[in-house]
Amino acid sequence: MRFTSVDFERNVTKALQDEHLQDALQRGMHGFVGKRAEAVAAVPEFERLRDEAREIKNHTLEHLDYYLESFEESVVRSGGHVHWAVDAVEARGIVLDICRKTGAKSITKGKSMAGEEIDLNEALEAEGFEVVETDLGEYIIQLANEPPSHIIAPAVHKTREQVSDLFHHHHRLLGFEQRQVEVPALVDEARQVLRKKFLQADVGITGANFLIAETGSNVIVTNEGNGDLTSTLPRVHVVTAGIEKVVPTLEDMTVLMRVLARSATGQEASTYTTIFSGPRRPGDADGPEEFHVVLIDSGRTAILGTEFQDILRCIRCGACLNHCPVWGAVGGHAYGWCYSGPMGAVLTPLLKDLEAAKHLPNACTLNGRCEQNCPVRIPLPGLLRKLRHRQYEANLTGATTRYGLHVWAFLAKRPALYDFCCNVVVRLLHLLGKRRGRLARVPLAGGWTRGRDLPAPAGATFQSQWRARGRS
Amino acid sequence: MSGSRDKVLQRVQRALGRGTLNTEQRAQLAVRMRTPPVPTRIEFDEDPVERFVAKAQKESATVAHVANVQAIPEAVTEYLKSHNLAAKIAAAPALRAIEWPAHLEVEFGATRGQHESAVTPCLAAVAETGSLVLLSGEETPTTLNLLPDNHIVIVRRSQVLRNFEDVWQQLRERDDALPRAVNLITGPSRTADIEQTMQLGAHGPRRVHIIVVDEI
Repeated sequence: MRFTSVDFERNVTKALQDEHLQDALQRGMHGFVGKRAEAVAAVPEFERLRDEAREIKNHTLEHLDYYLESFEESVVRSGGHVHWAVDAVEARGIVLDICRKTGAKSITKGKSMAGEEIDLNEALEAEGFEVVETDLGEYIIQLANEPPSHIIAPAVHKTREQVSDLFHHHHRLLGFEQRQVEVPALVDEARQVLRKKFLQADVGITGANFLIAETGSNVIVTNEGNGDLTSTLPRVHVVTAGIEKVVPTLEDMTVLMRVLARSATGQEASTYTTIFSGPRRPGDADGPEEFHVVLIDSGRTAILGTEFQDILRCIRCGACLNHCPVWGAVGGHAYGWCYSGPMGAVLTPLLKDLEAAKHLPNACTLNGRCEQNCPVRIPLPGLLRKLRHRQYEANLTGATTRYGLHVWAFLAKRPALYDFCCNVVVRLLHLLGKRRGRLARVPLAGGWTRGRDLPAPAGATFQSQWRARGRS
Repeated sequence: MSGSRDKVLQRVQRALGRGTLNTEQRAQLAVRMRTPPVPTRIEFDEDPVERFVAKAQKESATVAHVANVQAIPEAVTEYLKSHNLAAKIAAAPALRAIEWPAHLEVEFGATRGQHESAVTPCLAAVAETGSLVLLSGEETPTTLNLLPDNHIVIVRRSQVLRNFEDVWQQLRERDDALPRAVNLITGPSRTADIEQTMQLGAHGPRRVHIIVVDEI
């Protein structure tokens, strides 16, 4: 996908003015927060599970080499193949090579964020393979030729009417004459179209929610069952996964599975959680003949061992997006890459480009809801603050902000002077806004007051009022 | 290719500020892998079978009870009738031992989607979430769990376990290695990808019907 994080400010303006998008966000996003809260309230063990989930991920990351090697050993034992890719180019090359060797024409895909990260679809299509996304949301945006806007609800930015138009346009050629408008009819039409694709496909490519070192398994979680059909029907199954997806055992996976479903959709369990280990066994009635896992580094080892390591615990549940006021206002596309919201604002600068993505860590109110709702307790606001710091050190912060910060730092280190200046400014603003009780324009804060008024201050600072009341 | 493998592993070690783990450290990790820390389970006081049934129904599965194995064909026939479905099923070869009546056409084996209804056994059922556990294998094709519109699953009372951890234990006792696929299925296939409106029957079965055999 096109990497447009550098245009974040323009993307945001466009998003705020896009009526379809605002309509879709209104209709699609209201349910997530309440459903998660309900699911979490139903299990008194939840906070303990979050602690355990964090510990499991930390333990695995601290011994990542050991668990990756164990995983590889277990995959080979069950008859599968493991490939290692240092970057996106190598990962694409490996998948292309498998597809070529299979003599594939048609490829089905289960939703994979690692696949999005490495631009897999574009690479496969450029080679002439027919690639079909099978998660309904991913299918919708594939028809629209757009990237996903949300990790678990990739087409949440589309209204039902837009989906209806897309289906009518594309499915007419397949014999579906009537334009469907209701959700059940739309889902059913996609089911019929995609069922054929599932049965025709030569290669199925999925991501991994978890990789299990103990058993050499790839775990896929879906509600639709598309991941299962993609992994079961074609001759060859390929898994694309970041190296941080590995966990030691089935028990460790269970903890993460318990927090994942509840955090993502508020479900106790997703409809399908499947543990795939290797290709079909001798005598098996169905299943792929080949099983490949592509382990992708692509920037992850550059995060490991740094002050940003916590982000590698992320299990891609989408809870931080759902609870983020910035994401809620602009949606996912504005962030300019496949990851959006708080986790995207941390990952994009680290995996792609600190400078090009410099706006993302600043598009945050630091309200802390992402951290409060993160199933693996990633301190997202803290990481965003650290990224701002890193930007400052790398001289990527704008001149005005730098100058402002210098002035503020100078004052903050001199309490008496700080107090004096505050008093002057507060009194001045109080006088200026006395008549209306608010200010339509404030010198040096034009950007802020362009869209709203500043309530006029009370006339004395908190400090001076505190002193006046004798600190009681 | 092996060059990349070494490169990634070396990068990991460099990032973690250490070299290769020594024999003792590896032995410790191997022990953790064989005997993982017992995770926090979801606790409950209800009877596991009752809870399993209630949870499965909450996730839009339907449930019928029969007294014994002999009563299964009748329950299947009744279910097909109640939904106006043809008296024709694909069944897992593992269910050959059941005495299927002549009026029910039964084909044993995998499916490519030509079957409207399928009947399968399961390894276990999980009370924690109302999930079914199905294994791939010679006698239990995975496609039966996924392609037919109607999936009928037979669960013996004694197969209902409390938590997923109990399932893993059973899998380990059963065999050294896992089968190709372990499906944990909770209700029929669904999607909320259009305006977050929940719709059943996305790609997998539109209906999941569970027949609980009460005989112990």
